[in-house]
Amino acid sequence: MKSNKNVFPKTRTGIDGLDEITGGGFPTGRPTLICGSAGCGKTLLGIQFLVKGIMEDNEPGVFMSFEESAKDLSQNVKSLGFDLDKLIAQKKLRIDHVRIERSEIEETGEYDLEGLFIRLNHAIDSIGAKRVVLDTIESLFGGLTDTGLLRAELRRLFLWLKDKGVTAIITGERGEKLLTRQGLEEYVSDCVILLDFRVIDQIATRRLRIVKYRGSTHGSNEYPFLIDEDGISVLPITSLKLEHSVSTDIVSTGLPGLDKLLKGKGVFRGSSTLITGSAGTAKTILASYFALSSCKRQERVLYFSFEESPAQLIRNMKSLDINLEQYVKSKLLLIHSSRPSLQGLEMHLLLLHKLIKQFKPRTVIVDPISSLVTVGSSSEVRAMLVRLMDMLKGNGISALFTSLNNGSRNEIIDLTEDAISSLADTWIELRNTEQGAGRLRSLIVVKSRGMGHSNEVNNFSISDKGIEMRNANKADKKVNKNSHSSIKQ
Amino acid sequence: MEKEQKFELRLYVAGQTPKSIIALENITKYCKQYLDEQYSLEVIDLLENPQLAEGDQIFAIPTLVRKVPEPIRKIIGDLSNEERVLVGLDIRTLPIKK
Repeated sequence: MKSNKNVFPKTRTGIDGLDEITGGGFPTGRPTLICGSAGCGKTLLGIQFLVKGIMEDNEPGVFMSFEESAKDLSQNVKSLGFDLDKLIAQKKLRIDHVRIERSEIEETGEYDLEGLFIRLNHAIDSIGAKRVVLDTIESLFGGLTDTGLLRAELRRLFLWLKDKGVTAIITGERGEKLLTRQGLEEYVSDCVILLDFRVIDQIATRRLRIVKYRGSTHGSNEYPFLIDEDGISVLPITSLKLEHSVSTDIVSTGLPGLDKLLKGKGVFRGSSTLITGSAGTAKTILASYFALSSCKRQERVLYFSFEESPAQLIRNMKSLDINLEQYVKSKLLLIHSSRPSLQGLEMHLLLLHKLIKQFKPRTVIVDPISSLVTVGSSSEVRAMLVRLMDMLKGNGISALFTSLNNGSRNEIIDLTEDAISSLADTWIELRNTEQGAGRLRSLIVVKSRGMGHSNEVNNFSISDKGIEMRNANKADKKVNKNSHSSIKQ
Repeated sequence: MEKEQKFELRLYVAGQTPKSIIALENITKYCKQYLDEQYSLEVIDLLENPQLAEGDQIFAIPTLVRKVPEPIRKIIGDLSNEERVLVGLDIRTLPIKK
């Protein structure tokens, strides 16, 4: 439990990212309503809230289920590493399944739901619970006919929960006009969270939004969330605050010829580098050099490949005398390949986040970032890139992105280029130009913030020994002459 | 229904509330009238034994549970509608057969 000055106490949700959006968690001692359509993760959110509460904050919890039996629940979340049976045996968790069988119930005369109150009270007191989940209480409306009475009783129940001082989650099925079918949001008014599961262009994305949070500031955006083998994690879209600590440490790009163009050393640690070029201009090769140089410094590299599988990448680079395999084996290099269309943009970003958290790389390569454009609209891509860059810079990770442009230098500015070039610290452009009977490969350092760099168009060739800069020496001399004029920032 | 079966009934209440008292009066009356001695009626006060609520899936008060004969039937409310209670417990037919 955390309490900020002048703000009422909040209870940590145990869900990655959600505490950040809610400014500390759910309101302590009050009910929170979680609504959403079927299959959007309400039950899981409830379970995770309880399990994490037990594991991390030592707060016992009661799960009152109106839908699934204790056995089903425990089986369903086993794959997420939640061992409910063990927690029940330790008297930290209690699951009470309230089964309402319409066929075996007859109603005659007046009644109330005191039985439910007694059950809940007993369950709470028996383990000293601090957290309660009611999932999905609206099932009562399916089992009983007197809706007027049910409403009155639910209102009483929520007040009772407050009196009891437990932090509660009440889940509700999404209604057509209201947030929940029975308009529970009227009664639970402290904190309302909406979960959504949307399919756009055949790609599904889960989203979470805080509809209201009385007495507290909260993020008002829709936040994507992910359900995977670790449960739910929400991705907070942090604003680009631009207050990262910066490093004056320079790391090599892995290609001596290119380093020479960049003050003779390379790029700043923790900066972002963009490599653009049309198809077949050796973007991936440059990226591989960058990965290799990081590996040689014994710094971990995470390589996201959206076009080639790890084996393919390793094979192709081997033919250029770039040996990545040994570093994959020594676990310095992790190549993660996936199809861009496998999931939505947000999911890609979440996955990047998670892998970065787990693997803790010093260098991240995304090859190519333009592939992601195919799965998102332009504003989405831009927002995602900003967030990704922000996250990488915040962690002091050197990043390299490659981006495929259409090669024509006309008025149509490429989408990713447009979005990312202003964020990138170093921008290297690769070109192929036809000359006589062959093509001439060239490289231009468009910009490199904070350091002098060459203004030359540098030609290079690719052989089975890798990339060779042709006029690197000549350029080197010129760099020294010109460098002062080209220092940016 | 060849053999006469004994009825096992349980009435769940929570303290001496007016609804519970009416329910108990009603069921006692019906039992005497229609079931002769062929029944047992147990009153469970959940305020004293809250742990018993889970076993019979009680959420409303008062609730009358017919444990025997199977299947289990539940009637919630103060049992003021005689007709519905008898239908619910399925005991209408018995006195006629007799």
